[in-house]
Amino acid sequence: MKNIGISLIAVLILAALPTALSAVGLTGLITNILPYVAIAFFLIGFVFRILLWAKSPVPFRISTTCGQGKSLPWIKSNPVESPAGYWGVIARMAQEVFLFRSLFRNTDVAIVDGRPVYGSAKWLWFCGLLFHWSFAIIVLRHLRFFVEPIAPWIGALSALDGFFEIGIPTLYLSDAAILVGLTFLFLRRVVVPQMRYISLFTDYFSLLLIAGVVTTGLLMRHFFPADLNAVKALAMGWVTFSPVVPQEISAVFHIHLCFIFVLLAWFPASKLMHAGGIFLSPTRNLANDSRMQRHINPWNAPVKVHTYEEYEDEFRGKMKASGLPVEKE
Amino acid sequence: MSFAKIPKPDQLIKISYAPPETAWMDTPVDFRPGTWSYSGAAKNLTYLDLPNPRAWQPADTDWKLPADWQAIILNGMKERLEKYRSFRLFLDVCVRCGACADKCHFYIGSGDPKNMPVLRAELLRSVYRRYFTTSGKVFGKIAGARDLTVDVLKEWFYYFYQCTECRRCSAFCPFGIDQAEITMMGRELLNLVGCNINWVIEPAANCFRTGNHLGIQPGGIKDMLEFMADDIEDRTGIRVNVPINKVDADILFVTPSGDYFADPGTFTCMGYLMLFHEIGLNYTFSTYASEGGNFGLFTSAEMVKRLNAKIYAEAKRLGVKWILGGECGHMWRVIHQYMDTMNGPADFLQEPVSPITGTRFENARATKMVHITEFTADLIRNGKLKLDPQRNDHIRFTYHDSCNPARAMGLFEEPRYIIQKTCDHFFEMAEDTIREKTLCCGAGAGLGNDENMEMRMRGGMPRAMAVKKVVEKHGVNRLGCICAIDRATLTSLMDYWVPGVTVMGVHELLANALVMTGEKERTTDLRGNDMNIDVDKSI
Ligand code: HEM
Ligand code: SF4
Ligand code: SF4
Repeated sequence: MKNIGISLIAVLILAALPTALSAVGLTGLITNILPYVAIAFFLIGFVFRILLWAKSPVPFRISTTCGQGKSLPWIKSNPVESPAGYWGVIARMAQEVFLFRSLFRNTDVAIVDGRPVYGSAKWLWFCGLLFHWSFAIIVLRHLRFFVEPIAPWIGALSALDGFFEIGIPTLYLSDAAILVGLTFLFLRRVVVPQMRYISLFTDYFSLLLIAGVVTTGLLMRHFFPADLNAVKALAMGWVTFSPVVPQEISAVFHIHLCFIFVLLAWFPASKLMHAGGIFLSPTRNLANDSRMQRHINPWNAPVKVHTYEEYEDEFRGKMKASGLPVEKE
Repeated sequence: MSFAKIPKPDQLIKISYAPPETAWMDTPVDFRPGTWSYSGAAKNLTYLDLPNPRAWQPADTDWKLPADWQAIILNGMKERLEKYRSFRLFLDVCVRCGACADKCHFYIGSGDPKNMPVLRAELLRSVYRRYFTTSGKVFGKIAGARDLTVDVLKEWFYYFYQCTECRRCSAFCPFGIDQAEITMMGRELLNLVGCNINWVIEPAANCFRTGNHLGIQPGGIKDMLEFMADDIEDRTGIRVNVPINKVDADILFVTPSGDYFADPGTFTCMGYLMLFHEIGLNYTFSTYASEGGNFGLFTSAEMVKRLNAKIYAEAKRLGVKWILGGECGHMWRVIHQYMDTMNGPADFLQEPVSPITGTRFENARATKMVHITEFTADLIRNGKLKLDPQRNDHIRFTYHDSCNPARAMGLFEEPRYIIQKTCDHFFEMAEDTIREKTLCCGAGAGLGNDENMEMRMRGGMPRAMAVKKVVEKHGVNRLGCICAIDRATLTSLMDYWVPGVTVMGVHELLANALVMTGEKERTTDLRGNDMNIDVDKSI
């Protein structure tokens, strides 16, 4: 409970920050300085973390096999869940990254009539996918602020996303989906006692912070319209390294920006780095070919072993007595 | 020493999944009798040159740690973070989604939240954050960090020796985070300050000296195998020969010592002997490399290598062409995923080719060691064995995928093929409990000792209940497996949860059905049981 409270307070403080800053006339901090600081933190941090992982070698080939390995030619193997080569690994990783394959296996357990019963539990998978995919689509849609002229595919994506034309302005499907996903993920954490038990501050904070970004975004689109031309001018200013302090921009937009840049800056230091880490996971990105192909451990060093000579020296008498061959008489 | 009394099954099954009132960092570990293993004896540590040999027990208040134990652990952690990408990555990327939480058989059987793989990892992760990450150093507890104290170390010991390194959690984690890997690192760290369990360290010390975990000396191995040959003669009328330490054999055969030591493993071993005799294989056992299993895996990577080195060394000394390995679980994790890397290249051996069928085992072309079920499945497929499955009509069989061949090898179909060709009454357990989702016997990774019995029965409960289901539905009376630890531990597990079900290896099943040239009329199976007893086939 404490962790939920602290996360909530942290997010509220971030929400109040822009208003406080503009009261003392420092709006420029958020619109002109923070973006660069945040992006720098994000890029440098992200690369640093990846390099740190990459620096540690993979001494052993420890893939987790979730299907029949390649063995005798007449035995049907599972080339994706137990890949024997390059292409299989790529397919396996693609399944994990785009479809959350392993999460799809999820079950839950309850003791019913004195015995554990495993139920299907695909909600986490479904809402997790919903959240991530809509997040990705929303990020892509935002590119319209950063390129001029707007690339046709961005327009097409937005049009597709708003296909059902519900309300004015049109409700984007990804916006609705991310709300559903986030709500599920958050409620699950708060309501399920086991989840609450394992959750840390950072788990609530990441969800609330992203929820903050989404909420302020939706507020601007549907209730407190922002001046999109001014936003575009600001964004283009960032990209061309000539930011201007905009005049006509609402408080909600400032909060939106503040949340986003904190998210970006914090990203590399947090569990959100799973986005990069998943690609390096040795149980998933290695082929199950360790008896076919020699795998090298860069720090493999000699160890103290017990040689046959030492063994025979100790047991020679007994070996001879039981008629076992020996090397030395 | 007397062992703690275990509650009766109907008591034990009353499991609550409600977490305790106190937060996990504030809930100290309770060394309740029946749920932990005795410490490693000083003589074994000394024999293996391991640090801090002394007399102590986990339930003691004073663990007699070296004065600078914290520095030792933290340095050990730093070293392993730099040596293993898996370690650093798995400590960093967990999002605490909880998908792994209820996949661990120890959690399912105990309800203790620290048996959720995610929390088991947090026990170590919290210390990692405190000393190795900026946020942990600055924000402490809020960032999920905590100091390394004696209580934390005790908690590590309790829970890292309550994980069988089965990797079930890893199959369900969206990032493939493998708690077995973290447990292995945790155990390595504990070993640095002399905290380990005797059920691991004694077999390791025995293996180093005598070549096998059980400490059987060369003459003993010969006697045991000859004794089996007598039994085979009694059942079949055929005298099989038992080649040991034979120079210039084609194939070195290595199997876990559990197979020649005690029932029901011995019946599996008799199965190998009969099979090899029948096909006229030019092979040999070795007394120096008389162990396929490797309790180094439950100690440290270095110990794995020290113990495993014998297999290649002996293959080279005897001048064999390639190596054949018997039915064992964690042994095959080592052979499949570690052996070549650690002790290879095996360039003095040849690419394995079955001398009987001519089949080239391309999947073993680098390591040059073939799994016995691969070998036998190939024999059957090529019509080299005469089989009479009706001889197994008294057996109603179900099959337990042993964790390591399942999730560290992907060996699912070969044993099933053999079973299907040798037994007409084979019933699979529920889908959630087999193949890559198989549930552990609850006593692997060195936990199969008597003092830990309550935890074993808890951890094995999910597997046992899956068996119970097929017993009720199909009248199953036999549980098959391809693991020597399983053959021992599943037997206790069945006696406790599902009395009446006995355990066997796949090659025992095969040998029952194997029609040998010149055999007498077979009336009993390898166990001496009447083959013609009626079992209820209506269910
Ligand atoms: C390669 C890209 C990514 C992959 C494959 C990925 C995958 C996953 C998976 C499988 C989960 C666990 C299931 C769930 O809770 O949804 C998860 C959780 C999460 N992801 Fe990602 N993710 C990626 C990128 C991102 C990014 C860019 C963000 C946000 C900026 C993000 C934010 C989160 C959050 C907040 C959670 C935790 C949800 C919770 O607390 O329940 N992910 N991710
Ligand atoms: S499934 Fe993986 S990411 Fe999720 S809590 Fe478990 S270890 Fe962490
Ligand atoms: S490896 Fe097996 S025993 Fe260990 S935490 Fe994972 S599921 Fe549990």
